[in-house]
Amino acid sequence: MNYSENIYKQLKEAITDHERILIELEDLHSYSFDASFGSYLPEFVVQVKSAEEVSKVMKIANKEKIPVTPRGNASSLSGGPLPVKGGIVLDVSLWNDELLIDPDDMIAIVSPGVITARIDEAANLYGLMYAPDPSSSNISTIAGNLAENSGGPRGLKYGVTKDYVLGLEVVTPEGQIIRTGGRTVKNVTGYDLTKLIVGSEGTLGVITQAILRLVPKPPSSKTLMTIFDDLVRSGEAISKVLSSGIIPSKIELMDQASIIAVEEYQPLGLPVDAEAILLIELDGHPAAIADEIVKVKEIMDMKGARNTVIAESDAEATELWKARKLVSPAIVRTKPTKISEDATVPRSKIPEFFKRLKEIKIKYGVTLVVFGHAGDGNLHPNIICDKREKEEMIRVEQAVSEIFTAAIELGGTLSGEHGIGTMKASFMELELGEHGVDMMKRIKQAWDPNMIMNPGKIFPEKGQKLVLSE
Amino acid sequence: MKEVEGLAYNETFSCVQCGYCLPACPTYKTMKKETHSPRGRINLVKMAAEGKISLEQIQEPIELCLGCRACERVCPTNVQYGMILESAKEVLNRKEKQESSAAAKTFNNILFKQLFPKKRNLAKASNLLWFYQKTGMKKLAHKTGLINVLPENLASFDKIIPEISSPSERKKRQQILTPDGEVKYRIAFFTGCVMDAVFDRINDLSMKLLQAGGCEVVIVPNQNCCGALHSHSGELDLAKELAKRNIETFEQESFDFVVNSAGGCGAMLNEYHHLLKAEPEWAERAKWFTGKSVDISVILSKLELPLKREINKIVTYQPSCHMKNVQKVEKEPINLLKSIKELTLHRMENEDMCCGSAGIYNIVNYKESMEILDNKMTDVKKVSPQVIVTTNPGCLLQMKLGIEREQIQHKVEAVHLVELLAEACNIV
Repeated sequence: MNYSENIYKQLKEAITDHERILIELEDLHSYSFDASFGSYLPEFVVQVKSAEEVSKVMKIANKEKIPVTPRGNASSLSGGPLPVKGGIVLDVSLWNDELLIDPDDMIAIVSPGVITARIDEAANLYGLMYAPDPSSSNISTIAGNLAENSGGPRGLKYGVTKDYVLGLEVVTPEGQIIRTGGRTVKNVTGYDLTKLIVGSEGTLGVITQAILRLVPKPPSSKTLMTIFDDLVRSGEAISKVLSSGIIPSKIELMDQASIIAVEEYQPLGLPVDAEAILLIELDGHPAAIADEIVKVKEIMDMKGARNTVIAESDAEATELWKARKLVSPAIVRTKPTKISEDATVPRSKIPEFFKRLKEIKIKYGVTLVVFGHAGDGNLHPNIICDKREKEEMIRVEQAVSEIFTAAIELGGTLSGEHGIGTMKASFMELELGEHGVDMMKRIKQAWDPNMIMNPGKIFPEKGQKLVLSE
Repeated sequence: MKEVEGLAYNETFSCVQCGYCLPACPTYKTMKKETHSPRGRINLVKMAAEGKISLEQIQEPIELCLGCRACERVCPTNVQYGMILESAKEVLNRKEKQESSAAAKTFNNILFKQLFPKKRNLAKASNLLWFYQKTGMKKLAHKTGLINVLPENLASFDKIIPEISSPSERKKRQQILTPDGEVKYRIAFFTGCVMDAVFDRINDLSMKLLQAGGCEVVIVPNQNCCGALHSHSGELDLAKELAKRNIETFEQESFDFVVNSAGGCGAMLNEYHHLLKAEPEWAERAKWFTGKSVDISVILSKLELPLKREINKIVTYQPSCHMKNVQKVEKEPINLLKSIKELTLHRMENEDMCCGSAGIYNIVNYKESMEILDNKMTDVKKVSPQVIVTTNPGCLLQMKLGIEREQIQHKVEAVHLVELLAEACNIV
């Protein structure tokens, strides 16, 4: 019996429903990619449905030293679920049977395959909400969000995934089932392993259950759209709003390139000569936000906005948000490949970051579109290209490197919400320094002595560089 | 010719693999793996085109796709999934033909070249069906339990096929209907082949409704099958041929709209311009035809129907996927239902999910189709309707089958939207 056959035999002993162990080539190809770059064939896909099953698989993998890559619905933009070293893909997406809301403790208890948006919907029935709102929340699993510490537009006011995790059940790379944290907001017993696991990109263990914090659902919301001729002035306007004591739930920005792309795709009557459009949403008590939205408008006027519209109804608000929603389909019309970055800078550096992005765009002759969560400095510079064009992709690689460098020089970070994965691994030292990365590596070694848990992520291999040209 | 030539390889690059299509896909839901999702299938077509996987290996995932195209509606980057799917079907079909046995060829030949394209033959087939129902052979088959010996899929369809009109009744149909007052629109009615063979009554009611709303309705003689079943089975050359013949035939008449009551046929008619875009002498003519073709609900919504009678029933609506996802007709059927006096509309959860009928999918992939149908019926039962309304013959048969399977035929019926509207207008 060869190595693979031997592992297959053991997996069949661990998972009694053999339909959940996939080995056909068409299945392996179907679990070889995510929403980022590249595709890597695993040797097995195991669709797990309990912590016991995960534990058994991890024990086999640890003994046989075969890599294990956990996977939710693979909407990752950083390569988290890619089995870059082959081995086993551990699919948790079918494991969505547990979604309990405890309104008294204001928590949700969920199994890893539950879709993020379902948690918020279930909480809404009790007047509560699960605040993190990655734009993929209708498809992403909570386990994927936890592993990548995802955020979304509401991050400005409500924070990101890690701010809502009270406790976890985790299977360690050696196959032990452990619990971290618990059901209380306050908990300082020992090291905060919960926060360590959240955002560890599946490199320290497999999340098998989560206890999530819920908050009261704001009773109403209001939306405003404003147009600026000058991008820098729009940045100043954002700072002024935030320093005036108003925290909007969302501040989204579209740059001129995205405005033009949307207008060419589906004309909405947006001004193509404007440098920026801001969409601002406030949530809270109706009387409070009715007052605040007027103040926001006054600030926009004061800062020289060309035009500002307040939506008078939910339908009008939806209409205003349409422009932002159309950015994604609009920008991939000319070329098919989208390299979506999430480099984040301190809020005050947004205008400066925009200036640097413009220079990068010209220097490398790439199609660069910028939109995203301007309120928290989490912009999304997207390079639109064609991955079949080798020469173009080399320029894209250089442009991406320089975007990362610019973000870090401005006191920012490589990744605000997508994760490091494969694509940003080679830039880790740039942000954290040699010793910073080394301390992380030591944590990794302590948890995963055989280096089987999602290898090839976060930490660069010797001499690793960003490669987008195939 | 290379084996994989013809796969829509370039189109696969517009998929950014975000996965937004996963929750919309009925087969992903029932078959529980990425291999049977739109994103998975697009990737497999790409892998096959690159020679990383064989055509045999992508055959099952492609064949088990319903082609409902719900994924296209939710796709943020407008991937042309239908085009990718049909390219794969055509390539697989070509390969199969090169390899298949004489017997299989004959079956395909009868089905696609003889039966569907020729209305005369389909009429013959439905005459046989009528004969089978009327002579007592049907009763005998049921009584003796012979019916149970038939494969389960055929036996279950037997129960739900409606009473077929006799050959003489079928010939009585008027070829032109004129309204009482002023003519609002002149309509060329597209009868469809399966629709007209099995549900000719619905076609009759459709025309009478249009007439009652002030339209002049003509049946253009010598019209053909729309070619949808051919196109979905990878027989693209035959589909193109049928499209051309239909365009030619309808060019002979003058009218404002070509109207049909079958969501699936309507979708095909609406895609003639895609189908024929590479043929210079046909592209413009196909565009003209597509511009004229429209579902009956769109026209009925523009008319003032004599909706006199109250229908005091709880109704739920199962949209035809091809009507919703391809023709993009969404609101009209809902608004028409709401216009019926005393009717209560209970929309069901996952309304957008295909019922599993999908052309001949429910015959060819019976087991998979029934799993999808059972999911659908769970949602249906949650809203406790007395009537399930659909807008396509395939969906209608499938809903009838679902009612049979759930054994709720004593309290729920499935009808075409047109039947309910006709009842409300006292049209029989």
